[in-house]
Formats: sequence, C-alpha cells, structure tokens
Amino acid sequence: MSLERKKKRISDVVLLWLVYISAFISILMLVGIVSYVFIKGIATINWEFLTTVRSSIKETNGIAGNILNTIYIIVLTLLIATPIGIGSAIYLNEYAKPGRMVRIIEFTTETLSGIPSIIFGLFGMIFFGNTLGFGYSILTGALTLTIMILPLITRNTQEALKTVPQSYRSGALGMGATKWYLIRTILLPSAMPGIITGIILSIGRIVGESAALLFTAGSGYLLPASTEGYLSKIMESGGTLTIELYLRMAKGQYADAFGIALILLLIVLGINFLTKYLSRKFDVRVDRR
Amino acid sequence: MKAQNFSIMGSNKTKSAVEKVAQWVFTFCALCAVFAVFSITAYMIINGTPALAKVGVTDILFGTVWKPTAGEPSYGILYVILTSITGTALAIFMGVPIGVMTAVFLAEAAPKKLAKLVKPAVELLAGIPSIIYGLLGLMILNPLVYKIETFLFKDSETHQFTGGSNLISAVIVLAIMILPTVINISESALRAVPKQYKEASLAVGASHMQTIFKVMIPAAKSGIITAIVLGVGRAIGEAMAISLVSGSVVNFPLPFNSVRFLTTAIVSEMGYAADTHREVLFTIGLVLFVFIMLINVVMTRVLKGGAGNES
Repeated sequence: MSLERKKKRISDVVLLWLVYISAFISILMLVGIVSYVFIKGIATINWEFLTTVRSSIKETNGIAGNILNTIYIIVLTLLIATPIGIGSAIYLNEYAKPGRMVRIIEFTTETLSGIPSIIFGLFGMIFFGNTLGFGYSILTGALTLTIMILPLITRNTQEALKTVPQSYRSGALGMGATKWYLIRTILLPSAMPGIITGIILSIGRIVGESAALLFTAGSGYLLPASTEGYLSKIMESGGTLTIELYLRMAKGQYADAFGIALILLLIVLGINFLTKYLSRKFDVRVDRR
Repeated sequence: MKAQNFSIMGSNKTKSAVEKVAQWVFTFCALCAVFAVFSITAYMIINGTPALAKVGVTDILFGTVWKPTAGEPSYGILYVILTSITGTALAIFMGVPIGVMTAVFLAEAAPKKLAKLVKPAVELLAGIPSIIYGLLGLMILNPLVYKIETFLFKDSETHQFTGGSNLISAVIVLAIMILPTVINISESALRAVPKQYKEASLAVGASHMQTIFKVMIPAAKSGIITAIVLGVGRAIGEAMAISLVSGSVVNFPLPFNSVRFLTTAIVSEMGYAADTHREVLFTIGLVLFVFIMLINVVMTRVLKGGAGNES
C-alpha cells in the first residue's frame, strides 16, 4: 500500500458532514431570522408609524413615544454608567495593587454580568422604585440598566487601558506629571477607541433589553405635551421599543410587532457594523459579554 | 501669573489634593459594582424569605399546586423549578453540540473566506434582542410544533392541546439563543490550543477529524465547559423570549405540556400580584438568584482550574 494513498475513514466523513450541517444550521438561523423579520415588518413601517403615538381618537398607531423613551433611557443610562465604569476601570488598572480588594471587585463585576435581567428588573423595582421612591419611571429604568451595563463599560475600558504601552506611563511620570494629569491627558485619550466601543455595545444592550425594564420603566407611550414635559419626562413611565413590541405581541397585533422588530434589528445591525469598523480601524479588542 | 506660581514647590499642595480626590473618586467608582452585587443579594434575600416563613418552606418549594388567587391559595412552585431545570438541560443538550460543531467549523474546517462570512453572522445572532426571538418563536415555531403535536396525539383522549405553546417550543428558542455564546467561546478555546498538539497529532498519522475530536477538543475542554456554564446561565435567566412561547401554565415539564419557567412566572404575574402572591414571586426570584450564584461559583472554579484557555 502506498503511503500517498489517502484512506477515507467513514467516521471522518460523517464528522465532517456533522460539522458542516451544524454550521449551516447556525447560518440558516440568522439568515432566516433577518429575512423573515424584514419581509413581515417592512410593510408596517411608514412615516406615520414612526411619528405618531397610539391613539384611538386620532386613529393613529405609531411608536414615536417609544422611540423617544428609548433615546431618553439610552442617554440617561450612559450619562450615569459611563463615568462610573471608566472610573472603575482606571482604579483597577492604574491604582489598585493586586490583592483581596481587586479580587473582590473583579469577582463582583463578573457576577454582575452573569445576573439575568429579570433579577435586575426585580431589584430595580424595589430599590429604585420603592425604596428611593422613583416609582415606574424612565429614571428607575435608567438606574437599573446602569448596574446592568457597568461590567461592559468597565471591561472594555480595562482592555483598552491594558494596551496603552507602559512606557507612556513611565515617560509621563518621569517628566514630573502627576498621576491625574497622566490619566487625563495620556491614558484616557489613548484608551478612547476602546471606551467608545464599550459605549456602543452598551447602547446595543440597552436597546434590546426588555425584562429589566418591564417593571422599572413601565410602559408609557405618549409624547410630552409641552416643552416642560420633556424635562419632567424622566420621572414618568416610559416603555422602550422592546416593551412596546412585547405589549403588542401579547395583544396579538403582530404586524405592528414585526414593524418594531425590524427597527430594532436595523439598530442592532448598525451597532454591529460600527463596532466592527471601530475595532478594525483602531485595533481594539472587544469584550462582548 | 503671580511670581510664587513659578516655584516648583508652589502648587504642590493643590496638586496633591487633586491627586487624593482623584484616587478617592476612582476607588468609589470601583466599589459601585461591589455595592450593587451586595445590595442585590441583600434585597433578594430580604424580599424572598418572608413568603417562605409565611407559607412554609416545604409548601412552597415542594408543593405542586399553584393557585395564588384562589379562595384557599396554594403556592407550590416545584413544577416551576423543575421546568426551569429541565428546559435549561434540554436546551443545552440541543444547543451545545451544534454550537461546538460550528466552532470547529469556524476554527478548523471552514475555508478562510467562508469563516470570515460566518463569524460576523454569529456575532450578529448574539446581538438580536431576546424579544425578537420570542416573536419569531410565537409566529414560526409554535405553528410548526402544533402540527407535530396534532400528529402525535391525534388518538389521545387525555392530552391537553397547547397550540404549540409548550416546553419543546421554549427549549428550541433557548437552544438558538445560547448558540452564539457557545460558538464564540468554544471557538476561541479551540484557537488557543497550542499548534504543536495539532501538528504532532497529524504527524503521527491521525486524520484531520481525529485530530480535532480526539486531541483539540479535549485540550480545549475547560474553555468548552466555560461555554456550557455560560449557556446554562443565559438559558435559565431568559425571560421575555419564552414568556409567550411556553404557554405559561404551571405544569409538569413534559415536552408537549404548556409550562411556566421561574422567569416567566415573574414576568407574567408581577404586574397584578399583591400581598402573599407578590412575596412568593420574590421567592421565585430568590430561587433563580440562588441558581445563578451557584453557576457563578462553578464558573470561577472552572476558570481557575482551566490552564490557559481564555474565555
């Protein structure tokens, strides 16, 4: 028998087939989901759907209020979570000495990212809603989501800080810069692409979140009536797009549900491309968990 | 500028004050996560235990009758707990083989160009909001499962038809949802296997498939276990995707029964529950929280035990 002759084992062929079939299933899933939502949802989306709110008097059926709520929650959550997350990463990477303290902080950050969103929802409802008295409001929702996305921002900032060369630090400190000056003018700008990636991923998480918001931000769907209303809105109940999708699904309004699903899908697609683009352009390591 | 500012010693005081404040602020930020986990744990225990005392531990945890709004209410959640465990186990059983195989495809079997197309697709799958999985499960999966159900039980007189909203549908949705997690982590575990292992195995005459399944997968074991543990965490904690798909009736977890999970029990009843009923829902939350914490502990063990496999 020649050494060159390739003997095919049956088990090899079967396994290779299994591998290909599995991959095929995974792809089919994605293509199926995206195209199904697209086909079912595209008919619902028009200008009126995007710019009006649900109202039986005016006979409109739009989601403008929910779009606004989503934007409110994204902005508010990021305003609170980003500074804390970045600060936490700076502490872990620049100040902390390895030891029990760091182990505890890293363990809790890890734990936070493993807690399911429904638990965050319960906690947010009783802590921010009842104990602190914010009730069902956009603020309660944003504070709840803050805890949820904290690990995402912290970890991505940490990854970015780790890639800043050690020589930058010793150089700056050697020239007499203080640590705060070093962080402000050298570390943070160098870590910016990583931080931005973390923020974009967080937006994706916020947009897709539903269980943590159902009992915290509630399901309000109206637009503010007056200009002052835009300020007081954060203390009022406001359902995001996902919540509205859930409610319409539960009511059996499937056409509307698919319309919202398509919008969500487009946002997620956009965020995905943006992170891809950023990580390629700036060579950022992305931590999605 | 005044003259004294030119001294190199001049502004030391304010500078060191700023330094101190900065360090305090950063430390405070880092402690936020600790504080959050601590208060979540405390709140879950404080709110979850009163019902256990009021109704009785065995009556809640081992009771099988769930009638929270009846005249003589009964709060047994055994079936709910069993449903969550069974559902998660089945989803893992279904999703992990496909996930690991796809990871093998991405890391080893696929031509580079194809892998470059598949990888972003998997990442996108991870980003799709869970509620959309629920919507699709309701619109596509339930009718399909209903067809199978009518076929299987057409002669049965005792079967309660679910219209496709049953454990099987929920399990399939969960299996799809854990796919991206399993694929991504297994793939990086496979890629982290030292090249020498593969080369040595090929050099002694093992085929490519033998090398993958007998050398590389065992070597990537701890990474794959991490993937499974994370998958378990994701499946047991998922709420919105399966709340409408699973039928939401408290039942023994048989494949074609409408069932209620720990998570969906909270989602579907928290809106109107009051008094003891509400407290029991928090107990359900506590049970879920305990499961998640156990998973986290297992996870840290695995990560510590695993040599060199990055998650």
